[in-house]
Amino acid sequence: MARASRLGPSHHGPVAEVAAPATAPAPAPASGRRRLAGGLHRRPRLRLGLLLAGPVGWLVIAYLGSLVILFINAFWSRDAFTGLVIHQFTLDNFVALVENPLYRTVTLRTVLMAAAVTVTCAIVAFPIAYYMARVASPRTRGLLVVAVLMPLWASYLIKAYTWRLILAEDGVMNWFLAPLGLKGPGYGEVGLWLVFVYLWLPYMILPLFAGLERIPPSLVDASSDLGARGWMTFRRVTLPLVFPALVAGSIFTFSLTLGDYIAPSLITTTQFIGNLILANFGVPDLPFAAALSLVPLTIMIVYLMLARRLGAFEAL
Amino acid sequence: MDKRRIAGALGVMALVLSACSGGGGGTPAPSLPTAIGDGEGALTVLAWPGYVENGGTDPAVDWVKPFEDATGCKVTVQVFGTSDEAFSLFSTNPEKFDVISASGDASLRLVRAGYVQPVNVDLVKNYADIFPALKDKPYNTVDGVHYGVPHGRGSNLLMWRTDNVNPAPTTWAQMFDPSSSFAGKVSVYDAPIYIADAAVVLMKTKPELGIKNPYALDDTQFAAAVDLLKQQKPMISQYWVDYTKQMDAFRNGDATVGTTWQVITNLLQGETPAVPVDVIKPPEGATGWSDTWMINSKTKHINCAYKFIDHITSPEINIQVAEYFGEAPGNSKACALAVNPDHCKIFHADDEAFWKDIWYWQTPEAKCVDGRTNTTCKDFDAWVKAWTEIKG
Repeated sequence: MARASRLGPSHHGPVAEVAAPATAPAPAPASGRRRLAGGLHRRPRLRLGLLLAGPVGWLVIAYLGSLVILFINAFWSRDAFTGLVIHQFTLDNFVALVENPLYRTVTLRTVLMAAAVTVTCAIVAFPIAYYMARVASPRTRGLLVVAVLMPLWASYLIKAYTWRLILAEDGVMNWFLAPLGLKGPGYGEVGLWLVFVYLWLPYMILPLFAGLERIPPSLVDASSDLGARGWMTFRRVTLPLVFPALVAGSIFTFSLTLGDYIAPSLITTTQFIGNLILANFGVPDLPFAAALSLVPLTIMIVYLMLARRLGAFEAL
Repeated sequence: MDKRRIAGALGVMALVLSACSGGGGGTPAPSLPTAIGDGEGALTVLAWPGYVENGGTDPAVDWVKPFEDATGCKVTVQVFGTSDEAFSLFSTNPEKFDVISASGDASLRLVRAGYVQPVNVDLVKNYADIFPALKDKPYNTVDGVHYGVPHGRGSNLLMWRTDNVNPAPTTWAQMFDPSSSFAGKVSVYDAPIYIADAAVVLMKTKPELGIKNPYALDDTQFAAAVDLLKQQKPMISQYWVDYTKQMDAFRNGDATVGTTWQVITNLLQGETPAVPVDVIKPPEGATGWSDTWMINSKTKHINCAYKFIDHITSPEINIQVAEYFGEAPGNSKACALAVNPDHCKIFHADDEAFWKDIWYWQTPEAKCVDGRTNTTCKDFDAWVKAWTEIKG
């Protein structure tokens, strides 16, 4: 089909005007790097593969591989006399897990503590995140983000030990409450719950902050235009939109509490799943510790599947 | 094609051979050496903190350098917190540590697993001076074969805050009685071996159970000990592993009564301001610990190992370790060289009457360690499981 050129029928377009180039540019010498670059350019999938090889390799070999080894170990057993692992398939560990009521009690206790910590973190974090996202001026917001992140710079052990001092019999908390005639919770599960809430609060504030920031203010305006007052808007508009972010934050607080053993060993004498696993590592009864480890792992897999359903992964 | 087939066949043969030789039964016992040769130049020691000081903690405290200078064996030290941790380290690094200071509740497990080798005690000239009461014990001698050289010993004691607890406790049984005035402020050692302490109490309060050795408990006796400990659980404010944590608890009043080591009492009394505590060994007796220097069955530095053990059990070094750590020395000639003339008296080093009712930590086994053959006893696995149940 003849091309109608804007410049008129006599004009065949720039390409025809220009004579064929006198000499084609000589191809560059085929050095190794050039060949490699060329080869990669032609094979986009190989490029992608090489790029991902490092992280995927780490994920598959180091992470998934070690989980598989853990899983296999759970089906082995230990010779009580020599203390060495017997590499033979057996279900003894899982039978012991199910039969002995201790493990049910400890699992339930751990899950309840994780749930309590998650709910408390959500309640405490929400006003802070809301203020940061909606009310604070940009400068204040920046300062608040720094303030929220600063505890994360301190080592976990320092924070846990500090709380040990605070909750001690002659610690800061009792000293503070003494004029009011009250006494702090001291060491115990209530004290532990306080410590966990403190430790994981930044992990709940940040996803909530991100989620609240994403809500366009126009929606809130539209809601009030339609006649909804503050609480109604919050309940009907803000909360459903921020819910995935809430679930995302809860993943952190729940999973971190579920597996923790250091804070419980410092603040209480009661045992949580992590303490039991550690005790068995100490014996060392590695097969039974592996079987025990599968319990929080299974709980988290179920939790993560639920979280995905509720849209948490889009909010992260 | 042919080349590939041959290569493949060789590869398969290599795999099969290596599998056969590797997967065999336990390592054959190395024959006892008859003489100590020249040092190999290096040695790795796994020890309780404070036992093998090389100037790393306190530059003035170093009894390793003289050994290195004299023998040319360069020493690397690693410390551990509990016997279980020591056993764990051995099982995950079977060839790393040449020498270990093992308490009685680790030594037998190490022997049974084949991790340590018999020691020719004739080659260790300081062995002759070790207190006879420490030699040929079930946790360092198996079927007449010596597996190590004794180091020193200590007793678990009952400590209380003198300003808080009136009247002062006099028996272990009070620590298990929920009606005691100090209930809720009791601090005990966090290890399954503590079940033996309950058994020691039962030996006096329930003689009808017939417990002869707190580490040899059959089903009925074990159940009684576990019940006693479950009865104690509500009284407990702290299960301690790290001695500094027990010191914290006594100092700030979270614990006012507990099982302890002499060194903890000494440290608390030596603080400024001093923490008002006192300590006794109750009339029921007590559990204690006695450590043994053992040699890895796979060691490549056997000569350095023997030289080191001879060095660390010599009177001059043994008393330095005993004074630094806070325990009774194992060498009978060590007391004369003590810096603190009262050291041996405080730690009852040569007071055999003190040690008569002390049961050194020992691994419980299914074959009753008190010699009974008409029944089986609970093995260490059962103790571990029971301990986690007691803590709840």
